[in-house]
Amino acid sequence: MATYTPRQEHHPKTSRREHREWLLFALFIGPNLLLFGVFTYWPLLYNVYLSMVRWDFLRPTMPFVGLQNYISVFSDPRFWNIIWQTATFTIWSVGLTLTIGLLLALLLNQPLRFRNTARAVIFTPVVISGAVVAVVWSYIFDPRYGLIDQLLGFIGLDSPNWLGDAFWAMPAVIIVYVWKNIGYAVVIYLAGLQNIPRELYDAARVDGAGAWDRFWHVTLPGLSPVAFFLSVTSILTCFQAFDIIRVLTNGGPADATTTLVFHLYELGFVSYDAGKAGVVAIVLFLIMLALTIVQLRYVERQVTYG
Amino acid sequence: MPVAVRRRSLPISLLAWRIAGYVAMIVAVLIIGLPVYWTVMAAFKETREIYSLPVTWWPTNPTLANFPAAWKAAPFGRYYLNSFIVTFLGAAAEVTLALFSAYALAYLRFPRKDLVFLLLLAALMVPVEITIVPNYLTVARLGWINTYQGIIVPGAAIAYGTFLLRQAFLSVPREILEAAKVDGAGHLRTLFSVVMPIAQPAIVTMALLSVVSKWNEFLWPLIVTNTTDMRTLPIGVFWLRNSEGLSNWGVVMAGSLFLIVPVLIGFLLAQRAIVEGMTAGAVKG
Repeated sequence: MATYTPRQEHHPKTSRREHREWLLFALFIGPNLLLFGVFTYWPLLYNVYLSMVRWDFLRPTMPFVGLQNYISVFSDPRFWNIIWQTATFTIWSVGLTLTIGLLLALLLNQPLRFRNTARAVIFTPVVISGAVVAVVWSYIFDPRYGLIDQLLGFIGLDSPNWLGDAFWAMPAVIIVYVWKNIGYAVVIYLAGLQNIPRELYDAARVDGAGAWDRFWHVTLPGLSPVAFFLSVTSILTCFQAFDIIRVLTNGGPADATTTLVFHLYELGFVSYDAGKAGVVAIVLFLIMLALTIVQLRYVERQVTYG
Repeated sequence: MPVAVRRRSLPISLLAWRIAGYVAMIVAVLIIGLPVYWTVMAAFKETREIYSLPVTWWPTNPTLANFPAAWKAAPFGRYYLNSFIVTFLGAAAEVTLALFSAYALAYLRFPRKDLVFLLLLAALMVPVEITIVPNYLTVARLGWINTYQGIIVPGAAIAYGTFLLRQAFLSVPREILEAAKVDGAGHLRTLFSVVMPIAQPAIVTMALLSVVSKWNEFLWPLIVTNTTDMRTLPIGVFWLRNSEGLSNWGVVMAGSLFLIVPVLIGFLLAQRAIVEGMTAGAVKG
């Protein structure tokens, strides 16, 4: 780590001043670390403990049950169904965000008028609260008076009962999620496009490469690091998606939109099963840890060789 | 010669591409913008109009009635107050902690400082979602359920912002710091009157990011509050939908605008800084 320190000399006379500086360092960074200790690292350990007791948030005792919570969570077909749904939600959301985002970024990278306005409009949903976005969309999905029904009416189709139908609820959640987050991908892609050296395009043109060749052999390879970064961060945020699901479908109908985070919330604050909630929290943490390590490897490589 | 042929047809195909580009851009803007348009229109429609077919694209009898109705259907004055308190204090705490932590990491000596930095950054790997049950218990033990400190304190620590500010602080020219030291400025003076003015853009960016995320926060305030008078705007709008949705969309959309409009105004004013902050770290430079 390259850190700038104003004084480098280690003179015995300065050691007193150095100790004062240590104290100041501790005072400056202490509150932040203390809060992380209490509200981030301690919960991590406490989840491990909770995962091995049976507790309903009320009883004065927390009987130790060993691995029983793990066994009952992992042997429940519902849990595997939820894992499957989390994967479905993530793959569709990330896939659509990355591909549509790429197309939009390529479009907005062209010298078109008003493109900055278009960028701003597309980014706007990113800063709006997910809960309120879901409230608005629950009206848009209204099968009788909603916007989607109107639009489908133009092509002679009837709107499905999006939020009340176990088949359509997940697509509805994915649509809202992509709508809200696409702007982020577009902005990141645009920054990536700007980073591709102009000379590469010029060289390709000199070699007689057409627009399509330049796209395949210059643009796409140039964007691949950005696309990788985006896919990992998007997967991580998908695993954390809560507000849209809670407000739009509440995990239903019949579990159709229950993901891991929602399951954790439900176990903790609807069925008050602290033990099973602990197990799900640990599973979720391990998945996300693995993904973050992949991402850090990438960042490291970027910093070193990029 | 194929190249020559392509050259000659370029102007026409270029024009076609331009037109296609504008069409695609309009479609994209419509898809993103229509839901917002739909919300605004519904907020100005009479209930009767919302529930009559065919649906109208423009209110036939524009009315403001939905706004006072929403304000009465739920204590929005109180929600605003709560959201302002939670957002302001939460963001202020984050910015303060980040400023001091970043200063310490950038300029103060400490043995194995790299490990301290790592300990701070590692917190980014623990998503808040997995901490909800233990933190609920901690907050309950502190007697903080349904209080402002219960909403604010567990989320006050900041790793990403510290990282951003540390980067900005490290790029402050060395000579300026030396000059401050020669003038006899202590560390607090150096932080407030030398480093902060120079790193101001980064601090503003970080603060805006903090404000947006606190204003929109949903999961934790939902869990830790249990009475109407402690709810923040996102949770208030959610409950308004639960009680009035389906039968009274106009009121619910008006309530949603109570939350969306301040965000849109803020975004219009500080668009650059917000976008920059949210995308910093993804691409170098």
